[in-house]
Amino acid sequence: MIEQNLIEKVLNEALKSGGEFAEVFVEDKRSSSALFDDGKVEELTSGRDRGAGIRVVIGETTGFAHTADLSERGLLTAARAAASATRASGSSSSARDLETVVAPSPNTVVTLPESVEKERKVSLLIQADEIARSQGSAITQVSARYGDSRRKILVANSDGVFASDDQVRSLFSVSCVATGDTGMQTGRESIGRPIGFELFDQVDVEELAQRAAQRALTKLNARPAPSGTMPVVIGSGGGGVLFHEACGHGLEADLVNKQASVFAGKVGETVASELVTLIDDGTMSHEWGAFAIDDEGRPAQRNVLIENGVLVDYMWDGLRSRSEGRMSSGNGRRQSYHVLPMVRMTNTYIANGETDPKDIIEDTPEGVYVAHLGGGQVNTATGDFVFGMTEAYLIENGKITEPIREGNLIGNGPDVLNNIDALGNDFDMGSPGTCGKDGQGVPVGDGTPTLRVTSLTVGGTAG
Amino acid sequence: MKDELLKTAASIVDQATNGEQVEVVVVHGRETEIRVYQGEIESFTAAESQGIGIRVVNDFRQGMAYAGSLDDSVLEETLEEARDNASFGTPDEFLAIAEPDGVNSISLELLNPELNSFANEDKISLAIELEKSISESDPRIIGVESTDYVDSINTSAIVTTSGISRASEEGGCYLAASSLASDGTDTQTGFGYSVGRSPAQLQIEKASSEATERATRLLGAKKAESGRMTVILDPYVTAQFLGIIGSTLSGEALLKGRSLFADREGDQIGPEFLTLIDDPTDAEAFTATEADGEGLASRKNMLIDRGSLNGFLHNSYTARALGKVSTGSAVRSYNSSPGAGPLALSLVPGESNQTELIQQVGEGILIQGVAGLHSGVKPVSGDFSAGAEGLMIRKGQLAEPVREVTIASTLQRMLLDIQSIGSDLERLPMRSSGVSIVVKDVMVSGA
Repeated sequence: MIEQNLIEKVLNEALKSGGEFAEVFVEDKRSSSALFDDGKVEELTSGRDRGAGIRVVIGETTGFAHTADLSERGLLTAARAAASATRASGSSSSARDLETVVAPSPNTVVTLPESVEKERKVSLLIQADEIARSQGSAITQVSARYGDSRRKILVANSDGVFASDDQVRSLFSVSCVATGDTGMQTGRESIGRPIGFELFDQVDVEELAQRAAQRALTKLNARPAPSGTMPVVIGSGGGGVLFHEACGHGLEADLVNKQASVFAGKVGETVASELVTLIDDGTMSHEWGAFAIDDEGRPAQRNVLIENGVLVDYMWDGLRSRSEGRMSSGNGRRQSYHVLPMVRMTNTYIANGETDPKDIIEDTPEGVYVAHLGGGQVNTATGDFVFGMTEAYLIENGKITEPIREGNLIGNGPDVLNNIDALGNDFDMGSPGTCGKDGQGVPVGDGTPTLRVTSLTVGGTAG
Repeated sequence: MKDELLKTAASIVDQATNGEQVEVVVVHGRETEIRVYQGEIESFTAAESQGIGIRVVNDFRQGMAYAGSLDDSVLEETLEEARDNASFGTPDEFLAIAEPDGVNSISLELLNPELNSFANEDKISLAIELEKSISESDPRIIGVESTDYVDSINTSAIVTTSGISRASEEGGCYLAASSLASDGTDTQTGFGYSVGRSPAQLQIEKASSEATERATRLLGAKKAESGRMTVILDPYVTAQFLGIIGSTLSGEALLKGRSLFADREGDQIGPEFLTLIDDPTDAEAFTATEADGEGLASRKNMLIDRGSLNGFLHNSYTARALGKVSTGSAVRSYNSSPGAGPLALSLVPGESNQTELIQQVGEGILIQGVAGLHSGVKPVSGDFSAGAEGLMIRKGQLAEPVREVTIASTLQRMLLDIQSIGSDLERLPMRSSGVSIVVKDVMVSGA
């Protein structure tokens, strides 16, 4: 993307006023999307974003500037702006010789999306609409979205790192509205992988559309969710987002360092039921949060965070690991060149257990079975979280019975970890997610086997 | 800057072929973002960004392309992509670029020259002072996770083949902090902020006392008892609900059969004292603007008039499709085509401040924060359930703190159940202003 000798020049310019560390992050991202809604191909959109972000670190202070101008002049101007933003004035240091980081990508791309006719992308949408509508006359609205992106990044820093990655992603989602006597209900399904158009050889969009429509139809006959505290069984693949939000964020070193995490100072301690092993793994082939290098040039890693209930380690980016004198865990990510990297998750999951999921349900006299959780929010300092249930059922006398309408699951991350008393042997990854932190979104994956939490608050509308 | 952007936009529009409608939005932004931690600068970002969005309508088909760069080669590529994308759309007779509608825009002073001249060192000092003020305010404050000073000056231009040509400049700044409090066993977080059009308008004292109070008063919070109760929503919480109510009053939701208020125009959907206005011409609103996302003059729109549903918000497309006129409510950024929705929502405030409302309520709960509102509210059915934290109200006074409770109702029910609106109108860095409201009979579940 940019010649190595120009990168070296820019790094040295950034270090002129006494910087201890400098980094150039160059990004060239093309994306395209197509939206089908209300019976029409509404719009195709193409986007291009290209630029560089330069940071300089002195002590605890980071200076940052970014530019869309990738010429020598543009890059040098940004390097000076980043250096002066640190407010430091010291003597010049120089960058180490750059050495190319070799990191195998966990993802292989067969068909670049840009090589595929737009017509074919559009036909997937039409297909999904037809199948969703054929599920019943109660399906009154269908919208479907196709999206792909190709993001080339180059990272170089004054420690000698010179790394690049070519990240391709394909995504497809279907949302349906069903209308009945009880009003309108929605159902959504999505699939995404860090691969090319071959995604659609692996995944049947018709089946996806069918599931989205059925989810909406099921809820038409659902009764209001109960309110109160009760055992909750979370289905395989459908609830990993809970552990991402309620536990994963608290294990990010930037929050831990500021004591803004309930897990601060607890390495080596038992923080969860011994059934629980929590892993963050950026190397999981073809999973949504996988990549070859993170946005600081570190190869992706598999990091065990909690093992058999004991807290093993946090997740680290370059800035926080440097101040602790250790290596980054490959979790330094950024939404785009416009922003600084932070500690971010990749694919976060609870490892498989041993129990037959059927036995878990049978062993639960009364409670709620959550097949699919929606978005959620967590306060990392307290661990308190809230999640929407997008598909859930009552458990009565050890059997999954009636569907219930949407409600929230409310609880506390550390409590949930301790209150997991059954873990299934049916591990699966969930839907592709976008994790938001400090206003930045990055693609992440999550997963769980079926598991039971002895007590969670369900917030429904039934009295 | 305005002229430069207009020129760039016009140069693309000039390339429109016969019968082709083109709309070009060009934006430029300058931002300073300073984060301090323990008296030092943690990060200082000096950023300049630009972007272009091109929308092409041809034969009633629409295509869109954008780029975060104004390089000549990129501009050409973007126009070609937008044209190519248009050829795949389904023809829709209502698709068109907005036409000038003769409504004159109200001139607003949205860029305070002080914002340009304020020194970086003084911006840093503001953030450091705020952090210090919070740290020293209460022994239970154990830290300030982040303290930010942010300002931005945004210039945008829109030029269309239909004859719209307009540029505007807006500036704003804010201070925000996240505080951490502990009583030895329990930890709680809080936040405080202050917004303005120039750094001189920012109120450190206000941001500091809010950040401290929000965190400390929740210490030792327990689950509440379950039951139907009267709740008071804090201004910040009300603003979040207004945003969701506003989205159900969008012409887009109406057009696609996704508004729970479809066919309710003229109906009494709230009490007599409930008036909801979307007014981007109110310069005091953080998101005030002279023009909407299609370049039409922004205007004051009455959504709920003394409890009665007055109408929906339209962009030119939803207006054409529904036989209405645009209400100047196109919402967009340069990288998306225009949607329709509120630009600056606000309730008309009432007479009593929050303390008086608490006295009037007697028994109930003050909701200081909600979580999971977006996942918990179904704008289509109106059902909602959100996680909440706050303080019990007993004998007309704030009492013990509560957490991990949920509040649930439907949006329709909640509007009808509003008992009173406070006088404490607050401008927030979002598309809605806040004010305390009292809602009776809300299902609260705790233990």
